[in-house]
Amino acid sequence: MPISILMPALSPTMEEGTLAKWHVKEGDTVTSGDILAEIETDKATMEVEAVDEGTIGKIVINEGTEGVAVNTTIAILLEEGESSDDLEKVSETAQSEKPAEKPAVNGDGGAAAIAQDEPGNVEATGQSTSAEPRQVSSATAGRIFASPLARRLAQQKGLNLEGITGTGPNNRIIKRDVAKALESGAPVQAQELVRADAQGQTLPAAVQGMPDSQILALYDPGSYEIVPHDNMRRIIATRLVESKQTIPHFYLTLDCELDQLLISRKRMNEAAPKEGPNAFRLSVNDFVIKALAMALQQVPEANATWTEQGTLRHKSSDVGVAVAVEGGLFTPVIRHAELKSLSEISNEMKELAERARNRRLAPHEYQGGVTSISNLGMYGISKFDAVINPPHSSILAVGMGEKRPVVKGDELEIATVMTVTLSCDHRVVDGAIGADLLNAFKQFIDDPVTMLV
Amino acid sequence: MSENNYDLVVIGAGPGGYVSAIRAAQLGMKTAVIEREHYGGICLNWGCIPTKALLRSSEINHLLHNLKEFGFSADNIAYDLGKVVKRSRRVARRLSGGIGYLLKKNDVTAIDGEARITAPGKIAVTDKDGKALPEVTAKHIIIATGARARTLPGLEPDGEKIWTYKEAMVPSEMPQSLLVVGSGAIGIEFASFYQNMGVPVTVVEVMDRILPVEDAEISELALKAFKAQGMTLHTGATVESLSPQGDNVNVQLKLADGSQETTEVHRVILAVGITGNVENMGLEEVGVKVEKGHISINEWCETGVPGIYAIGDVAGPPWLAHKASHEGILCVEKIAGLDHVHPMQTSNIPGCTYCRPQVASVGLTEQAATEQGYDIKVGRFPYQGNGKAVALGEPEGLIKTIFDAKTGELLGAHMIGAEVTELIQGYGIAKTLETTEQELMHTVFPHPTLSEMMHESVLDAYDRVIHI
Repeated sequence: MPISILMPALSPTMEEGTLAKWHVKEGDTVTSGDILAEIETDKATMEVEAVDEGTIGKIVINEGTEGVAVNTTIAILLEEGESSDDLEKVSETAQSEKPAEKPAVNGDGGAAAIAQDEPGNVEATGQSTSAEPRQVSSATAGRIFASPLARRLAQQKGLNLEGITGTGPNNRIIKRDVAKALESGAPVQAQELVRADAQGQTLPAAVQGMPDSQILALYDPGSYEIVPHDNMRRIIATRLVESKQTIPHFYLTLDCELDQLLISRKRMNEAAPKEGPNAFRLSVNDFVIKALAMALQQVPEANATWTEQGTLRHKSSDVGVAVAVEGGLFTPVIRHAELKSLSEISNEMKELAERARNRRLAPHEYQGGVTSISNLGMYGISKFDAVINPPHSSILAVGMGEKRPVVKGDELEIATVMTVTLSCDHRVVDGAIGADLLNAFKQFIDDPVTMLV
Repeated sequence: MSENNYDLVVIGAGPGGYVSAIRAAQLGMKTAVIEREHYGGICLNWGCIPTKALLRSSEINHLLHNLKEFGFSADNIAYDLGKVVKRSRRVARRLSGGIGYLLKKNDVTAIDGEARITAPGKIAVTDKDGKALPEVTAKHIIIATGARARTLPGLEPDGEKIWTYKEAMVPSEMPQSLLVVGSGAIGIEFASFYQNMGVPVTVVEVMDRILPVEDAEISELALKAFKAQGMTLHTGATVESLSPQGDNVNVQLKLADGSQETTEVHRVILAVGITGNVENMGLEEVGVKVEKGHISINEWCETGVPGIYAIGDVAGPPWLAHKASHEGILCVEKIAGLDHVHPMQTSNIPGCTYCRPQVASVGLTEQAATEQGYDIKVGRFPYQGNGKAVALGEPEGLIKTIFDAKTGELLGAHMIGAEVTELIQGYGIAKTLETTEQELMHTVFPHPTLSEMMHESVLDAYDRVIHI
């Protein structure tokens, strides 16, 4: 029986992706480990490797297809001795609406033994019988499947259909689902605020943002072009709205002096091998990463994540670093940054940033972490406040290092000063803890030799 | 697995039972159905189907007596009642035979006999001679035994002059006059059949209007139409007594104003509701709860006794074949553990009455919608504004739609007139898909059709109607 190559899940939460590119064509012989295709999600591009040996019998999903659900058959591999005639077996199985075999009903209820025979189930071959694709949320593709009535009810109540799980045919969102979502209030940002209003009065559009129609009405048609949102844009929008609406932010600002750091950096870079595997060239940001990682070890209360069950106290300092990319940003995470040398951090960061720009990060490289660094110094920004990237509990906004007059003792001196602002999640990081963290950070930056201890 | 051991056994092969059995077989269950009399149940043998055959004859009779309107003339128009009835029986037999074929095709074992549940999972079967057949065991048992005509004290059928639907369907001679007690779908269809075949018909209804489950406006229009045909209808009236006298029946009526009326009719049809076939099945012994002649079930058709389910008429109203079939399917799919099985939404079950003019409806009546607190918009479109209706010579009727003013949800649709029983499913789909008035307005309806009225009625609800 030919082998179906299925759409892989690049992360546990991935539900679908884009089949970006095929590296093989029908008739190609592949061996285990060969790169077959590239899959793109909102965050990453990954390569699909061949697991089995054989000949590509059929490419089922064409290059450039978006919204391919995880576990969909994307190609069919013929094993040795099989020919294209065998393909029909697969397609017959795939298209048959009735279960291929009549399974026996087990004892009580028989739930498990009955095959799904609903059309629209993307499960194709006998290889996988998982029902997972049926669980795909209606909200994952650009198009949300919802009944007209459900749409209207959601619109009237200011409810976002994204995030509602549909229980209608093929997970279509129907009236009942909207009613349920309204009852539970869960996925509705605006709705939570409505519920929070003790007077029992609903808070209208102010918390929901203006509807598109109103915004569009303010501009002359033809005076703008509409750039459709890609997944990254949508995710940035959703995550940051979620962050600002659910995380109580507060901000702490401090000036750090860079003169000693710059001297150390210069000497280290001069002494560094210029070529070969041990070559490195440190940036100020590498010091910032290391300093923040070590500060987190000194103030473990700040190395934490809020959950409803309890606060997660992390052992290692996993520090994310925002990397601007075309059309958005990624935050790859340097794990165990407290244990890594500056040169290790530097080289790892370079490599992650490079892959981020090419959208080739794997999900595990940008998920998790406890804090992150957003550095706009190179853009000439002297000071700004950053939005915490959930589930982090803080983010450090780093401004430009510049020569400024500083008062030392009673003297006015010139120093290279860098202003940093720490945004804290007040649920886990109280003012004093945040201040401790920031002061520990400043100490490492001001006197970088202490980082070497 | 032994020969008489099944995953699922359905008791009763009516439109609920045989559909359940086929669906179960499709899902891979080893399935049997036990039937004591007719495959296809009342629906195919003594209900929906043979009455449609009779009503077709009565429609033709009506047409033949109105040929002039269409430019024809004919003399000596007459019918042979025996042949009319025979045709009806032939239609029923043909379809009933088809059920046997469908069961066989789907590998459903058909067992002829009477079933009695002796314990959960165990069924004793006796054949028509009372001889015991091998015991049948099943993991799941669906009771789909249907219902029969209800009788009231003092209003008992005698099978000769006082009929139930069964005798009314196979008359050996046309009554000289007929009293129909009850104006639900069954009563009104027989009243319409006999009236259109030339029999003077009187209908007595205890409620204040005929077709009491329909929208009041539709009941009123139906009443007018029947009266115009020469039918006598008493609403808010009761039959005090029925006493056979010679070849006639003496009838004591108490009318709405409290006055008594005595009259004599040739035949009487009792159509005062139905009651579930719950007897002699061992239901009480195994603990299945029966209330008011029907088995109590939850939204998944479970009786409360593990492994025993009930669907269709025996499980309560609405007593409709399509409700039974749908319950059967959801019950079986739930047993099979399929995803996306949903309980029956009664507000989406259409109801049809095949009188002349036809009546069909789905969802809430205007009164019910108002009582439930909806702020409503009501649209109406009369048949006389529709080109096709006028061309057909059927300019009488109305299509009424009821929307939730706030959300645009189609709450109900109520129709009276030619072919409305074939039109109603348009609104049924709309309701199931949860369309709002917008989608209905944006749908292009073909011209010239009766269905255009469905569009216009929606438009009317939003003050956008074109053709009135």
